[in-house]
Amino acid sequence: MKAAPFDYLLADGIEHALDLLAEHGMDGKLIAGGQSLVPMMAMRLARPAVLVDINRVAALKTLRTGAESIIMGAATRQCDVEHNLELQQALPLVRDALKWVGHIQTRNRGTVGGSLVHADPSAELPLAAAVLDAKVRLSSKADGERRIAASEFFFGPMATAVGDTECLTEIEWPIWPGSGVVTAFEEVAMRHGDFAMASAACQLQIDADGVCRRAAFGLGGVDGIPRAFPELAAQLIGQRIDADLAKEMAHAAASQVDPGSDMHADADYRRHLATVLLSRILEQAGQGAVH
Amino acid sequence: MADQKFKYIGRHRRAVEHRRFVIGRGRYAADIQLPGILHVAIVASPYASARILSIDSAEALALPGVHYVLTGEELQANIDPVLPGVDAPKVARYPLAHGVVRYAGEWVVAVVAESRAIAEDASELIQIEYEATPHVVDPEAGMADSAPRIHPQHGSNVILRKKFVWGGVEQDFAEAQHKLSYRVHWARSATVPIETFGVTCSWNDATQILDVWASIQMPKYPDQMAKSLRLPGNNLRVHYDVDVGGSYGVKRGLKHSILVGYLARKLGKPVRFLEDRLENMRGGDMQGPDRIFDVTLAFDGNGIVRSMRMRAIDDIGAYSGRSPLQLGKPIGAIVGPYRIQSVEYEAVSVMTNKTPQEAVRGFGQAPTNYAIESGIDKVARYLGMDRVELRLRNLIGKDEFPYLIPSGTHYDSGDYATVLGKALDAAPFDSLVQQRDALRAQGLLAGIGISTCLEPSGGNSSFEPLLNPKNQTTTWMDSCLVRIDLSGAVTALIGTSTSGQAHETLVSTVVGEVLEREPDSIRVLHADSLNALPSNSPVGSRMAIMLGGAAAGAAKKLRTKLMRIAAHNLQAPEAELSYADGDVVVTAAPERRISWDALVEISHRYYHKLPEGMEPGLQEKFVWEVPTGGKLPVDDRVQMYPCHSFEAHVILVSIDPQTGKTSIHRYVCGHDCGVKISPDVVHGMTYGGIAHGLGAALMEKFAFNEDGQLLSGTFMDYLLPSSKEVPSVTIVDHCTPSPLTEFGQKGSGESGYLGGPAAIASAINDALAPCKASIDALPMTPQAVWRALQQANSNQQGEKQYA
Amino acid sequence: MSNNLVQVEIKVNGVIQPRLVEPRTTLVDFLRDHLALTGTHIGCEHGVCGACSVLLNGDPVRSCCMFAVQANGMSVTTVEGLAPERGSLSKIQDAFCEKHAMQCGYCTPGMLIACHALVDKNPHPDEAEIREAISGNLCRCTGYQQIVNAVKHATEREEIEEGASHG
Repeated sequence: MKAAPFDYLLADGIEHALDLLAEHGMDGKLIAGGQSLVPMMAMRLARPAVLVDINRVAALKTLRTGAESIIMGAATRQCDVEHNLELQQALPLVRDALKWVGHIQTRNRGTVGGSLVHADPSAELPLAAAVLDAKVRLSSKADGERRIAASEFFFGPMATAVGDTECLTEIEWPIWPGSGVVTAFEEVAMRHGDFAMASAACQLQIDADGVCRRAAFGLGGVDGIPRAFPELAAQLIGQRIDADLAKEMAHAAASQVDPGSDMHADADYRRHLATVLLSRILEQAGQGAVH
Repeated sequence: MADQKFKYIGRHRRAVEHRRFVIGRGRYAADIQLPGILHVAIVASPYASARILSIDSAEALALPGVHYVLTGEELQANIDPVLPGVDAPKVARYPLAHGVVRYAGEWVVAVVAESRAIAEDASELIQIEYEATPHVVDPEAGMADSAPRIHPQHGSNVILRKKFVWGGVEQDFAEAQHKLSYRVHWARSATVPIETFGVTCSWNDATQILDVWASIQMPKYPDQMAKSLRLPGNNLRVHYDVDVGGSYGVKRGLKHSILVGYLARKLGKPVRFLEDRLENMRGGDMQGPDRIFDVTLAFDGNGIVRSMRMRAIDDIGAYSGRSPLQLGKPIGAIVGPYRIQSVEYEAVSVMTNKTPQEAVRGFGQAPTNYAIESGIDKVARYLGMDRVELRLRNLIGKDEFPYLIPSGTHYDSGDYATVLGKALDAAPFDSLVQQRDALRAQGLLAGIGISTCLEPSGGNSSFEPLLNPKNQTTTWMDSCLVRIDLSGAVTALIGTSTSGQAHETLVSTVVGEVLEREPDSIRVLHADSLNALPSNSPVGSRMAIMLGGAAAGAAKKLRTKLMRIAAHNLQAPEAELSYADGDVVVTAAPERRISWDALVEISHRYYHKLPEGMEPGLQEKFVWEVPTGGKLPVDDRVQMYPCHSFEAHVILVSIDPQTGKTSIHRYVCGHDCGVKISPDVVHGMTYGGIAHGLGAALMEKFAFNEDGQLLSGTFMDYLLPSSKEVPSVTIVDHCTPSPLTEFGQKGSGESGYLGGPAAIASAINDALAPCKASIDALPMTPQAVWRALQQANSNQQGEKQYA
Repeated sequence: MSNNLVQVEIKVNGVIQPRLVEPRTTLVDFLRDHLALTGTHIGCEHGVCGACSVLLNGDPVRSCCMFAVQANGMSVTTVEGLAPERGSLSKIQDAFCEKHAMQCGYCTPGMLIACHALVDKNPHPDEAEIREAISGNLCRCTGYQQIVNAVKHATEREEIEEGASHG
């Protein structure tokens, strides 16, 4: 399983990366962690003529913490987020998601941006981004920068809004200020570290009286893209989330997804798992339980 | 033999092989470097069944670095096919297809280039035109008259069908109070070693020798390879000193080897083929048993199982290696550990348009044990009897050995109830029951699994003449040569490769025991096929018995010789002498002694001091037949394997009823393999066998779609258990020595795997039983378990409707 | 099909190795074929089995999921570089031998890398931490138990019970 031949170019800065993309983007690809891309190239499912390596672009690894958001360079390594206590406190849902991502070896190379761009429908970081409606910054030489929301970023399995000559440069993760923020991320996979057959994620803000003041939740692995449900989540505001309400929400969300089937899990089973997982985490988080 | 005190046998000892593995100096097939070596990549069929209309290699040949493109047309014209182990001469097998392809993944063209990468580049440029033809992927459909024929000249898709009746089956069925029928499926899985198959061949024009280095584990490999390549046996040299990265049965890369051997000779350059994982999964032909068992048990109200009818349909894929014989070996333990008095057994081996099957750890015993144990549990449930109690009523008792089972095998020794008891005590069982109840109280499903299974050992091929009377093979020997050199150092030679069984450790321990010399000072080497004594390779858990026996035999001959030399030089009768750590002393007057070094020197240098007519030097060989072997079947009965190990698994599981996911909370395995020569090795194999069994039971499957496309062709879909899926296991040992072996040892390479899946199924079904659900197919994935619960739920709803 | 060779300098087991490589050469193939360091093994070439694990700037990575050109200027430790000096073994290598933590030895180099990386950061891991650390390394021989025991032995923790010999 040897990759098809390609030319290798090392970007030494963001401008250089964008120049190279402008020139080679049509038949080339960026490589960051490569944990998804290199196996695909080994299987010759991906055969870019040119690889532009952005692993040494410092500008893509920056981290800026604000009051309302964390702006994370796209090439931030997953392991660096995993080991950063401050980040974990500010972004508990990302912390929870990372627990399910691959294995130590993959997290040592894989990047946050890389996972979003790869856009596997079962992947955990895209789900977290969708649930939080994170914003991503895309840059290209020709068209400069644009920011789009996660809700507009994922098009389908392995397909995103990133254009051929564009580079995802930053992810802006919203911080929920105040106390009472509770998160949960659950998935069912065949083995530890595998892609989810179904996953559910939620972030809630529960006040001292147990009433939900803010809510966001979503499902992964049960559609072509990670699915967030802002309209349903809005219905949780002002409510105490008990088992019945959690179940109701879960059913409503699950009825809106279109799961695929594969040898491990068919559509019915995935939809069922989604209902179960979402119901559980909403009930759990609704009690203010998990942090 | 149970009383024997051993000096080295049975003790903790670091395996000799490990030193090189931990520093990265193992020597695996892919590590063999030869100057000018060329590399092979394969073009495989995308269709399950098709005619090959044309092959155009021009573009590929024009690529710089490409040396050759080999098609099936050329290859088949120049070699002999490999024929099945059963009587089916029209089911010929070649490394490359010609004219037709019979499964998706079958090798069609081999490209040879300067590097593997270039070979892959070139393989993409090969243009092949196919015309798809009807295919069949279901074995029962394959048995129908209307099914497309995989090998039309063979006449049907059934390559073997034989029914055996041992004992008064009809009468036992007529007289039994109850009967219970069921069907279980053992899905296609295999042992899938982390190292794929690799082979390098180099032809020497001057010596006319084809040198072969391969990650091989198979009997009669050089012979079959030479035969296919139309070479005399002494023109082929297989180097057995290649470390094999795991095999557990499957590394029978005969087609890989014949292909590469042909290319090496044709091109006059060394050629290497290392399967990549894609080639391995789809076209390496190393998939395992794929069985449907239909079983009926006849039993009485007191739980005694009198008789069994079993039909096993095995889907072997598009070609046959030894796979049909995997239906034959379990005949040697067809009643498991039970006193079942009569058995009717029908073996049906069916071909379909799928990747061919190969020998997998246990050679069919694990699926058969699963089928038997499923029935035992069902009988218990039917009678409302405790599953342990039911087993105890049926287990062969410790005073009944050697025990003759209806199909003609004597079980040599055992104490099944004690092993089961030890496993239950170690759990401890009462605590498991409490834990189970506590888990149930939490809203989970929970269950305890039990299995009591035979592990036949001593690999004898008596299933060959049993399934194919034209094959009269009754020899299944192994050998060892031991020499003591002029410096007094001991070296032993073995004639087979090793794939993790620590043969060097085994042999040096045994030789050290007999010669009373420190095992770490004894070097064990792997000979090559030209200078090796005959071996039938480590299959069927045979090496502790056979290689251990051969090493002991050769060492004993040397010891006898040393005693004779000592007697001659001390001028005392041998009866008055004692052998002490290699020195020989006069028992009554130990100051009169002759040292090891002196004896060695006499043997090598002082001919005038040797007894008359004695051969100089110190080198002895021992070649022996498997104990109890050497006989043809009579009336469809034969002694299968000589020695019988036994395992009892006790497991606690819980199932999340909402997701179907199983968790294992406790895993205990009681194990009896007689005297353990290397306890660390034996335990290791049991832990590993349990992990294999867990994979087969819960997550591993070579799944094919209706078009015969392999869905699980990578490690992303063929799921191997990791350290998070395999639980901690407690092994509890027992020892009933074998009366047939030198030290009382039995074989144990398949332990854990043979009883594990049955036990996990037992546990899951125990957990599902309160919901009136059950699952009778492997793997018991979360989806499958959930579906079983859904099914039971809707059955009950349906019943309520009609209530 | 241009495939311009690239000059790399990768420090491997303490020695800077300059080589000219095809971009598509993976790090594992570079180690095995260009440097003849065959201790690192290939099991799947798609990032699942972990047999190819090496330390990259001290952290375990899958060397089949990286191109050698990407490791330019970086430091790689392979199984051949784990022993403190020639002729001796690291504590973990020694424990692997003592506790019979391998059979065929094929996954062993990757396992050792993962275990060294674990113990570097966590000198006294418990069983759960050990199992987590090696969860990206598949083994088909051992069932993992003796590997876990070996790491515990090397880091002087109590072991899970071994088979109790009663016979």
